[in-house]
Amino acid sequence: MQDVENIVNGQKLFLKPEYQEVFKNKKQFEGHAGATNPEKVKDVAKWMTSWEYREKNLAREHITINPAKACQPLGAVMAALGFENTMPYVHGSHGCVAYFRSYFTRHFKEPTPCVSDSMSESAAVFGGLANMKEGLRNCKALYKPEMIAVSTTCMAEVIGDDLDAFVKGARGEAEGELDTTYIPAAHTPSFKGSHITGYDNMMEAILKTLTPEEEVAKDEERINIIPGFETYLGSLKEVKKIASMFSDKIVMLGDHEEQWNTGAGEYKLYAGGTPIEVAKSAKGAKATISLQKYTTPTTGKFIKNEWKQEYVTCNPIGLNGTDAFVMKLSELTGKPVPAELAKLRAQLVDAMQDSYPYMHGKKFAIWGDPDFLLGVVSFLVEMGAVPVHVLCHNAPRKGWEKEMQAILDKCTFKEDCHIWMGKDLWALRSLLFTEPVDFMIGNVYGKELYRDTKIPLIRIGFPIFDRHHLHRYSISGYEGCLNLLTWITNAVLDHLDEETKDIAQTDYFFDCVR
Amino acid sequence: MTTETLLSQQQAVIAEVLEAYPDKAKKSRAKHLGVDAPDGVKGACDSTKSNKQTIPGVMSQRGCAYAGSKGVVWGPIKDMVHISHGPIGCGQYSRAGRRNYYIGTTGVDTYVTMNFSTDYQEKDIVFGGDKKLKAALAEIDELFPLNNGISIQSECPIGLIGDDIQAVAKAYKKETGKPTVAVSCEGFRGVSQSLGHHIANDMIRDEVLPDGSYRKDFESTPYDVAIVGDYNIGGDAWSSRILLEEIGLRVIAQWSGDATYKEMTTAPKAKINLLHCYRSMNYVVRHMEQEFGVPWMEYNFFGPSKTTESLRKIAAFFDETIQAKTEAVIAKYTAMTDAVIAKYRPKLEGKKVMLYVGGLRPRHVIGAYEDLGMQVIGTGYEFAHGDDYKRTKDELAGSTLIYDDVNEYELEAFVKKLKPDLVASGVKEKYVFQKMGLPFRQMHSWDYSGPYHGYDAFAIFAKDMDLAMNSPVWGYTKAPWESK
Repeated sequence: MQDVENIVNGQKLFLKPEYQEVFKNKKQFEGHAGATNPEKVKDVAKWMTSWEYREKNLAREHITINPAKACQPLGAVMAALGFENTMPYVHGSHGCVAYFRSYFTRHFKEPTPCVSDSMSESAAVFGGLANMKEGLRNCKALYKPEMIAVSTTCMAEVIGDDLDAFVKGARGEAEGELDTTYIPAAHTPSFKGSHITGYDNMMEAILKTLTPEEEVAKDEERINIIPGFETYLGSLKEVKKIASMFSDKIVMLGDHEEQWNTGAGEYKLYAGGTPIEVAKSAKGAKATISLQKYTTPTTGKFIKNEWKQEYVTCNPIGLNGTDAFVMKLSELTGKPVPAELAKLRAQLVDAMQDSYPYMHGKKFAIWGDPDFLLGVVSFLVEMGAVPVHVLCHNAPRKGWEKEMQAILDKCTFKEDCHIWMGKDLWALRSLLFTEPVDFMIGNVYGKELYRDTKIPLIRIGFPIFDRHHLHRYSISGYEGCLNLLTWITNAVLDHLDEETKDIAQTDYFFDCVR
Repeated sequence: MTTETLLSQQQAVIAEVLEAYPDKAKKSRAKHLGVDAPDGVKGACDSTKSNKQTIPGVMSQRGCAYAGSKGVVWGPIKDMVHISHGPIGCGQYSRAGRRNYYIGTTGVDTYVTMNFSTDYQEKDIVFGGDKKLKAALAEIDELFPLNNGISIQSECPIGLIGDDIQAVAKAYKKETGKPTVAVSCEGFRGVSQSLGHHIANDMIRDEVLPDGSYRKDFESTPYDVAIVGDYNIGGDAWSSRILLEEIGLRVIAQWSGDATYKEMTTAPKAKINLLHCYRSMNYVVRHMEQEFGVPWMEYNFFGPSKTTESLRKIAAFFDETIQAKTEAVIAKYTAMTDAVIAKYRPKLEGKKVMLYVGGLRPRHVIGAYEDLGMQVIGTGYEFAHGDDYKRTKDELAGSTLIYDDVNEYELEAFVKKLKPDLVASGVKEKYVFQKMGLPFRQMHSWDYSGPYHGYDAFAIFAKDMDLAMNSPVWGYTKAPWESK
């Protein structure tokens, strides 16, 4: 029973003997192996760590287990929230939207605005036009957006709703209420690509819609930056800061930094974002830089073909990636690298030289989105670490593997490094048991891998539901790279303390200075 | 605040929020909002429309049928593998988010927090995925030999492209002899999670309960009961089970938090089914009553008043030994909960609460707040039916704003006007209200605490409410240089 002076929640309540008794009693009614045959559970658990199991597991083709990817409309919601006063609108069932909102909210600890037009059986039979007509008007009336960014769920895609015609039809019948509202619409079927594909499709649709039909004045000094599906809000901030050191004419298209970082005191439905007017003049820029090459191929094609301007990609994660980004900005603006940036770089390199012994030669497993991986794996290699398992569930078919291999080729221990494309985290489990590493880098779903393999997890990625505020930091630029260095080095040191804390056993190595 | 001013404020705010809507939506929403009081004649609890289509284009907090089936009813059955059948998203967004606690070796003999998906690609949509599903079932059995069955939880496309998952499941079951259940809970069906609960119940009725293999040699006692409609959020069913056992009953099955397939089949051996979440499992207890003659009884284990009332009601169904033990258990725990109340009530007395949750909590937790001296001034359900609102009426203490399928715009307006001291709802709403400087507790996940069912759990509930209401952090919202 609870001690009123020391009330404990489930964590410790269920350790009390009376509850342990409850668990024991319950077993007689249960039929799972843990209750009927604990020895068998041990045997099977052991078999699951074997090479034999690994081979079966890696040969698996039809069931995905513990994926490291999500579906298109999630990315579409993020792209939409990068623009000022924009409401993401998902054409389909509202269950999807409940999921997108919870998913982002659990990660950022912030509200996530997004509406749906609640399609149901009747829409499945007759199509979703009626929902769209009423939905766009209700959305406008309640939330007063300047732009409503329409994406689709798999339901709408399967029944073949004609989005452009629907938007037109809805506008026509809205008695003028939607006349001044921008309504980009993107097909974002969940059964193609992943969340990054949805980001790309929505970004293209928004830029297409906001590109005026008439000529846009050319501004040779202007440069656009598209961040991609970037969940580190600090990265957006730092990229903007670096850009501003070169010029005040470098703007971000799809700047979702503030939306998920509003202050206490007042709830704002919309916060920050690229102003619509700024997006409308983007065509006149000299160039657009995408920071996530493999997230934005469709958007890139649109920019090259329709805006007829230079489209380049950079990946400012890690030292080399940041150097390339900085040099690209220097080249495009025609200005030398500012002394302040050079100083930040020097400080970073100094820090890398301080900490390198702890990362050098350490083996890592890492998973995440394709561009994230190119950046962070590059950083690991820069530090002399060994990315043994690089797993990309949503790896693009073209180009990515070659680029990743080129990074791994620079690794001192390159023969130990493997790229796993299209594999899930249950496959990684087998890899970790058969070819173990020292540390894992990944999202919250690595938590069960940590429990099962005991390999420490360093949380860098998306989503992270069980640690707070990491998304506020940058992983991009020189300062972001310093964060990566700090997190990883200190995780190595924490683990070293963990391994050397046994009194009179290992604690001779429990050093106060490292 | 007097009842009259509260009532007039409640009525005024309804009129206010409706003003923003276009005509059609206004008409529809007006039927879902109202005010009621315990003595109200034909108040909102009698007249509120519910279980209707959500108006399009708003931020509804509702989920879908798949969420109701996979997320709520089937997902917690721990020794079965539950496939999210269709594209990758649904299974990923719903992975390990509900805190259905269980004991087991995850990945080896239990699978609740994992995500199994058939990850449909375009070719599966175009050519159908039945072959893929069949192959997926075989792969699961090869890689997870200790699973005690597989359920297939349909996502939207399955029912639209004409896949015949029922046939696949049937054939596989015949071939392997293992429980294989196809649930057609496509997200677009119905208006909310609720139809998903119903469909899930129907599949338990059709595919699980007919399996009498574990019932054959089951040694019954006169005191056998089953807990139904407890998903063991944060361990709720465990802190309920202990009380039932202490009063001399034997809990032979727990549905479906920490449940096993075997427990799902043995519930009909109970002398009575004890139903906590009426909304999500009333269908199957009614079926068990008809088919197996097992009566059922609703109970409420939130807060000591309701827990005591419920224990006595349950005991009344049994003999005097049970009743005597029940009184002893009540006395034992009441000493503790009285101390909890003495400790926390002075800090919480008179505080006003607004609730917006799912199946049973919008009415079931009212008593727990009242035990702490708090007053619920607004409540509503995401996916209730008329019978839920009727049951809500019995729980009201004063004039209460009633809102069905409330969307974010409305809830925000209601809260701004009625100024509760605490909002208790879900994660999507949490930060909206915290930004306004309002204490908030998630009442789906117990805000990562809990359990909240039973006497021991009430101590946690009280401590958590105090923590939320009396944290110093709410005092910093205004900067010291700002004028009051």
